[in-house]
Amino acid sequence: MSDAALNATRPYEPTFGDYVALLKPRVMSLVVFTALVGLLVAPVSLHPVETFAAILFIALGAGASGALNMWYDADIDAVMKRTAARPVPSGRVEPGEALAIGVGLSGLSVVMLGLATNLAAAALLAFTIFFYAVIYTMWLKRWTPQNIVIGGAAGAFPPMVGWVAATGSVSLEACLMFALIFLWTPPHFWALCLFMKSDYDNAGVPMLTVTHGRKSTRRHILAYTLILAPAPIWLALTSVGGPVTLITAIGLNAWFVKRAVDIWRRDEEQAQHDSYAVEKKFFRFSLYYLFLHFVALIADAVIRGLL
Amino acid sequence: MSELKATHEIHTRRFSRNLGVGLTLLAMVALIFGLTMVKITRGELNERFDHVARPAMELKVEEADQ
Repeated sequence: MSDAALNATRPYEPTFGDYVALLKPRVMSLVVFTALVGLLVAPVSLHPVETFAAILFIALGAGASGALNMWYDADIDAVMKRTAARPVPSGRVEPGEALAIGVGLSGLSVVMLGLATNLAAAALLAFTIFFYAVIYTMWLKRWTPQNIVIGGAAGAFPPMVGWVAATGSVSLEACLMFALIFLWTPPHFWALCLFMKSDYDNAGVPMLTVTHGRKSTRRHILAYTLILAPAPIWLALTSVGGPVTLITAIGLNAWFVKRAVDIWRRDEEQAQHDSYAVEKKFFRFSLYYLFLHFVALIADAVIRGLL
Repeated sequence: MSELKATHEIHTRRFSRNLGVGLTLLAMVALIFGLTMVKITRGELNERFDHVARPAMELKVEEADQ
């Protein structure tokens, strides 16, 4: 390398942490958790090193799709308050670097998951990355207000990939874990849209709140919450479920439906009056809702192991 | 011709990034080594024809021919 090249300085030298931020660590933590549950509740158990490797490469695949998302969406991320500080729109990382990291880690994670577990899991991970980066990010997100409904599938695949990594095939239990996250995503995200109003309006992303109005979004939240409720109860009645999952599912869904009805009954005037308190509470609760369902699955697996 | 320095300014500037990449690669090597040991210990990768007579595998070939 010449001295000229060595001395060429960028306005900002990206740190290792900036590259890690490209992988959306918070999303990765959810992926790690749900994939781990999918893998642990499966009837076939892997060696601990294989389990660790499988979870790591599933998380890496999710991170890679996050980097591709940041590369493609840098223009709209820059105008949204929530995403403006991300590495690419803030200028800390070059778009080309984000693309290279996304493509490189995608390939690495798929190949390594295939070697660590099986080809079916690797193929499903490759499809998940493709679904999030291409189907959701490049196609649906800017085209249809149903973007989050179909795009939610990308976030729903990790427990299924975990299950397939252990068993080598898809089953009803894996599909129901998928359905739980898939159907949970729209009400969770639309509640966020209700109180993050200006962000999506400014970016011109066709969110339901922008295209169909806020009253319609409230109706959609209730409708999807009602469709969601049977999924975890059905899951509790399968081989991976048990008393803990069943009680948790009934309790959480009764609470979730009640909150969704509250949101549906309110109008904008009431929401603005208390600074969207009910919508914010619903959004926060939705995080616990998903987390506790998967914790319950682990609890039942532990109970089965002790009996 | 510029003088060759043992530690260029760029090394200082990029130390944390290089350290992070180095540790990540080391962790990757350790993981692949661990995975290899698990697979070899279990014998998954040894199921191939070699110079040692393997009656069990020969039987499989005969079955496949039928």
